Amino acid sequence: MKFLSARRRNPLVALFLLVAALGMTGVGYSVISSAKPAEAAMGSQTQVEDGKKLYLEGCSSCHGLDAQGTMNGPTLLGVGAASVHFQVATGRMPLAAPGAQAVAKDPIYDVEQIAAMSAYIASLAPGPAIPTAEDLSYEGADQAKGGELFRINCAQCHQAAGQGGALTQGKYAPSLMEATPQEIYEAMVTGPQSMPVFSNETLPIEQKQEITAYIMGLQEAPSPGGLSLGRLGPVVEGLFMWVAVFAALIAAAVWIGIKAR
Amino acid sequence: MTTTVNTNSLGDAETTPKDDPLEIAGGATAKYVDQRLGSNRFLGRNLGKVFPDHWSFMLGEIALYSFIVVLLTGTYLTLFYKPSMVEVLYDGSYVPLKGVMMSEAYASTLDISFEVRGGLLIRQMHHWSALIFVAAIAVHMFRVFFTGAFRKPREFNWIVGVALTALALGAGFTGYSLPDDLLSGTGLQIIRGILQSIPLVGTWAAFLVFGGEFPGTDIISRLYAAHILLIPGIILALITVHLMMVWTQKHTQFPGPGRTNDNVVGYPLLPVYMAKAGGFFFIVFGIIALIGGLVTVNPIWIFGPYTPDQVSAGTQPDWYIGWLDGALRLMPNIETVLFGFTISWNVLVPSVIIPGILFTGLALYPFLEAWATGDKREHNLLDRPRNAPVRTGIGVMAIVFYGILWIGGGNDIVATTFNMSINAISWTLRVLLIVAPPLAFIITKRICLGLQRKDRDKLLHGYESGRVLRLPHGEFIEVHQPLNYKELAVIQGKEDIAVLPAPEKADADGVKNKLYPIHNLQHKLSSFFLRDNVQKPSKAEIEAGQAHVAHTSELEAPLHDYEELDQDPVGHGGVLHHPGMAMTNQEQIDQRH
Repeated sequence: MKFLSARRRNPLVALFLLVAALGMTGVGYSVISSAKPAEAAMGSQTQVEDGKKLYLEGCSSCHGLDAQGTMNGPTLLGVGAASVHFQVATGRMPLAAPGAQAVAKDPIYDVEQIAAMSAYIASLAPGPAIPTAEDLSYEGADQAKGGELFRINCAQCHQAAGQGGALTQGKYAPSLMEATPQEIYEAMVTGPQSMPVFSNETLPIEQKQEITAYIMGLQEAPSPGGLSLGRLGPVVEGLFMWVAVFAALIAAAVWIGIKAR
Repeated sequence: MTTTVNTNSLGDAETTPKDDPLEIAGGATAKYVDQRLGSNRFLGRNLGKVFPDHWSFMLGEIALYSFIVVLLTGTYLTLFYKPSMVEVLYDGSYVPLKGVMMSEAYASTLDISFEVRGGLLIRQMHHWSALIFVAAIAVHMFRVFFTGAFRKPREFNWIVGVALTALALGAGFTGYSLPDDLLSGTGLQIIRGILQSIPLVGTWAAFLVFGGEFPGTDIISRLYAAHILLIPGIILALITVHLMMVWTQKHTQFPGPGRTNDNVVGYPLLPVYMAKAGGFFFIVFGIIALIGGLVTVNPIWIFGPYTPDQVSAGTQPDWYIGWLDGALRLMPNIETVLFGFTISWNVLVPSVIIPGILFTGLALYPFLEAWATGDKREHNLLDRPRNAPVRTGIGVMAIVFYGILWIGGGNDIVATTFNMSINAISWTLRVLLIVAPPLAFIITKRICLGLQRKDRDKLLHGYESGRVLRLPHGEFIEVHQPLNYKELAVIQGKEDIAVLPAPEKADADGVKNKLYPIHNLQHKLSSFFLRDNVQKPSKAEIEAGQAHVAHTSELEAPLHDYEELDQDPVGHGGVLHHPGMAMTNQEQIDQRH
């Protein structure tokens, strides 16, 4: 202790304390924010109150003052924290404009605000919780099995390569090329918009992880054949053939034809 | 028939010694071969054969060359492909499918893509060149149709061409189905549905083709036999017939200076077309190799193996089947039950009846047009599309019809790409399918007639030089100049055909014309085809017009003589009136005569 007490008035101490405090705050924050999914499921009392405030400001005009739903928006009782997180974190809510379905955009609320809103909605009625880091870990999951599950359950709408596809009346299944594991999981358990619910009873967590592993593999997959043309299939290939390749062939024919004159 | 190669110069190298050692060697070789095969007479006659020159005559060549690439790459693929539907466990290097059960056909296609050296390149070249093959056939057919090259005496060759088109579609579709991936299996499922929609025999036809219930275990090996033996064999045979007919009937040519219905103006096969065609082959081959190496086509590893309980969004056929898929997608859902049998009009009409009508109409078109116009003459000179407005209109109408079905085949991709409702797209296309083709016909015909009038004008008054002249009394005129001889020959190549006369119901003796309704129909059709055509001006009209052109040119002429007259610089198309120059243009002209 003598070592410390002898130097406690040193002018460098203030600087050292400042750096240490900043460091601890930073590390602490990153630990807390990364652990957020687990934390948010519980939801502290202040979080719920903050969430309610945000809800009343931003959501209640359509979903009702008590989240009971109105003519313009469905009830949020029982949708669960996972649904709130999915809709708000992907920017689908709040809705930018009425349309066939909510369009994903940059999120309007930050991570803490979304956590607060999720906590508030979860406090009203039980529903699917935000997945824990353990739920989301897809390390070691079998991609090939995930691929089979994907083709059986997802490819009808999201297309075999996860590029998305059209549904009726302007609705669509979005591309999965930007989706995070958490969003994929939440979409499966909550069934946003036209998507059916794949609860943990029908599709166990291990299978969800396999599907996630497969989608992540698709996102990272290189294109061994060269330019991928968006992996949209024969329509784009045909377009490319006519517009680029055949135009080049005709140009060559014209060139050879012109030389003769 | 003009030929430029002399038969003698090939054979008798010894009697006409040359200094060039290459020529001596060549002559010796020719003699050696000739003494054994007697080939010099044949070669001498044929190597100098003259072909007319135009870039659009090379579209068929693209089809031929891409077919050669298809054959070469396809042969390589057969070395590794296994046409078997036996289920195997995949254990190759593509991780996302490791341990998945799949047919041997799919597994071997994966192996071609990931294990075989150069396999993916060859597979992609094969697929790209197949897409180009069908495209080239289509465009070549447009050229032949719009220029009237199918007319007598070439009707049979047109039919061979239509047969080749149908076979190319068959070759493409059987090939698309061979990898047995999710896309191709879904395509086969649709083919089965189409077979089943045929009244009475449909169910049995489907059983026959698939060897029992779908998907069964036979279809891949059956498609394989068709794809690598039967269809390419017939295509090769028909291509030979197609080319031999071009050879013996001689190639058609566009109207131009010195070109008549009875000659061929162009260059000899050796050396000009040997070099051109050979070079073009390598250009086509090179472009296909480049695309095959750089751009993915049909990444079957992403789609996964086929199982009948799976389907992917955005499942489409290759482009040339897209119009049939589109017809299926646009057709309203109509079914009737007759005597306990369901007739699925929703499948039968778009996938059997419409293509049936289109292909039959295509094959019979040369005969229909000849009958309708009463034109039984031989045609070795091509029509410019504008000079046959109804034919051109019908062609554009068919292309528009096809194009709308084609867009319909990709309605889901259009919907997601442009954020539209797939229902709205389908309904718009349904309406357009009925409204747009007739509109296209009318618009095309009007444009053609406008161009004909323009041509007539050019014959009468020359072309507009763009130089505006102010006459001394203040009038402005634009100077017209006579056409050059090439353009003149092209425009004068137009043939005017008279409308068939209206038939009499009975002849002078009161004998009834039994064929009156048929003759009357023919008369009406011929009138429909021909009545709006703008007649070429008569010789007297042209002469009067030419005189007028010469006159305006003359009016302009003094401008260029100003310098001689008084050294006053005058710019091009500049001042006509000049201070100190009392003479009018007319006076100047008179003075010079």
